[in-house]
Amino acid sequence: MPTTPSSQNRSEPPKAPETADTADGRAPLLGRKAARVDRLAELMGGREEGGHGAGVWRTALDRMRRSPMAITGAVIVAVFIVVALFAPLIAPYDPVAQTWGAEVFPNRSVFVGPRAENWLGLDNLGRDQFSRMVIGARQTLLVGVVATLVGFGVGALLGGAAGASAVLGGRWGLRVDNAVMRVIDMMLALPTLLLAVTVAALVGPSLTTVMIAVGVAQVPIFARLLRGAMLSQGSRDYVLAARALGVRKRKIALVHILPNSLGPVIVQSTLTLATAIIDAAALSYLGLGNPDPAFPEWGTMLADAQRFLSSAPQFAVYPALAIIVTALGFTLLGEAMREALDPKLRK
Amino acid sequence: MLRFIVRRLLQLIPTLGGLSILLFVWLQRLPGGPEYALLPDDATPEQRAELRESLGLDEPVTVRYLAFLRRILEGDLGTSLATGRPVTEEFLTRFPATFELSVTAMLIAVAVGVPLGYLAARRRGTALDFMAVGGSLLGICTPVFFLAFILKVVLAEQLGWFPSAFRLSPGLARTDLSGLVILDGLRTGELDVVWDGLLHLALPGVALASIPLAVIVRMTRASVLEVVGEDYVRTANAKGLHRNTVRTRHVLRNALLPVVTSVGLLTGALFSGAVLTESVFAFPGIGSFIYEATQTRDYPVLTGFILLIATMYVIINLLVDISYSLLDPRVRAQ
Repeated sequence: MPTTPSSQNRSEPPKAPETADTADGRAPLLGRKAARVDRLAELMGGREEGGHGAGVWRTALDRMRRSPMAITGAVIVAVFIVVALFAPLIAPYDPVAQTWGAEVFPNRSVFVGPRAENWLGLDNLGRDQFSRMVIGARQTLLVGVVATLVGFGVGALLGGAAGASAVLGGRWGLRVDNAVMRVIDMMLALPTLLLAVTVAALVGPSLTTVMIAVGVAQVPIFARLLRGAMLSQGSRDYVLAARALGVRKRKIALVHILPNSLGPVIVQSTLTLATAIIDAAALSYLGLGNPDPAFPEWGTMLADAQRFLSSAPQFAVYPALAIIVTALGFTLLGEAMREALDPKLRK
Repeated sequence: MLRFIVRRLLQLIPTLGGLSILLFVWLQRLPGGPEYALLPDDATPEQRAELRESLGLDEPVTVRYLAFLRRILEGDLGTSLATGRPVTEEFLTRFPATFELSVTAMLIAVAVGVPLGYLAARRRGTALDFMAVGGSLLGICTPVFFLAFILKVVLAEQLGWFPSAFRLSPGLARTDLSGLVILDGLRTGELDVVWDGLLHLALPGVALASIPLAVIVRMTRASVLEVVGEDYVRTANAKGLHRNTVRTRHVLRNALLPVVTSVGLLTGALFSGAVLTESVFAFPGIGSFIYEATQTRDYPVLTGFILLIATMYVIINLLVDISYSLLDPRVRAQ
């Protein structure tokens, strides 16, 4: 059972006096004492730091550094971001130029596979698949980041307003909180994808549509999370202390409660990046994605590739693998962060 | 208990009312207004004016909203632009297929997910745990329509183990009682229909189950891990209760509470997934109909669908709350 490691630790100190009786036992005893003091300082230091916001993050970072999940996720995310940022430098060819168009005949199922000049072969129009994948990473990152920012921004505003008024606003504040949360619940009642379809129908299919649609769908999740975190922070002693000192309510909400409530929201942002990439692919499949062929995007590529799935499965496999691996990277990182920050899951 | 249900039912009214306002505003805001959305692009201005007149679009907003609300309450969701039939009728004829598919997917997800999540938690850190967690993360990260396509191409088209489309093999005679293939087949004793229907449900069911399955495995695992460390479990063990009693009455019963909630919340994801899965397998349910509606911008169908989903979502979550209070007496007391 989980008690074994601690009981082992406890059984160590009683042994110490026995060995200390030996001739040259003095130095080890002193050394041991010093070590014990050091250990105590370490523990105290840790406790002291734990009181600050930074301490929580630092211990979480330490824990993540030892987690294979976090490392895998971080490596995937780092590679993805580097590829996306430097895409034009990495891509060997123009992703939209049909340079080798004469070598590919989709209606006769004649395709060109990987070769020295085209690392991943050609697509159905004779374009370099590798360049398309690399440039596609950039579009995919853009969709993910903007969608997450939309969800984060609007959600945090709504949830923050609700949470702050519930904690500090008295009876009226509770009413405001109640009203805002009813709206949030209503939004939550609409499935992500259908909310996205709604937005897409209003704005028309484009990359912007996808970003707004996916972002709007995340709003209720962010709002609920931030509100919940703020409510739980609201009953802490430091808030009581700040109020007793007469700090203005707006300042308490923005400077005291908000920074301490951001943890779960930041974790959610990482997870949302994964969802956004997957949802964007689904929207592309529904024909509501990016119609602009000048900017290849993984979701659109995957949706287009379905037509050739039995004759040229590689068209679907590259973007699908890219989407899965990238989403997995963000999910792993987010989950590892959540585990590291959650005191319940600490061992 | 009854008071609890009535109170929850009353709480539904503002939510659904707000939703109807949202939808009403959306309909008004459609590109060019409803008279553009409801008529083909080459309609004459006279036709548009006539439609405005007949739809009562020149009336004040409140009058129009009340008329809109009355039509919804009467079950009138308008007419599909693509098929020319009432949206309500289209939904009703397709609903059994989607219902059957969703229930299949949910059954697969719960039947596999709960035991797997439980075992993963009990054998934490083993290969089984690693595979369950890794597999569920992979499941969440795989686009549903891609999984559906892979299943269809590999298992149906190349290996030929399963049919690749529709609910039943063409030409198979069956007695239609309720539109539910499996249930009707069982009631009339047409076992060949049941078997054929199950084969057709297998692949779309698995594809649709992927997301709920992944969520349920992880929820169950996390929840069991939390409950196992609780004092009451230690007490139950210390009392000398049988291991199986502790497992079912103490651990599982408490661990399943959050899982039940997540099953309710997954309904939305299930419907989005149905749109993707059904279109891949040409499954004649509401999902594939909606897929076509997004292609043709069939607005009455899309609004009707959103209303339907939202209503079902709210009702299912009501059922979840009720089952929650059955599982957990503490909820009732509040």
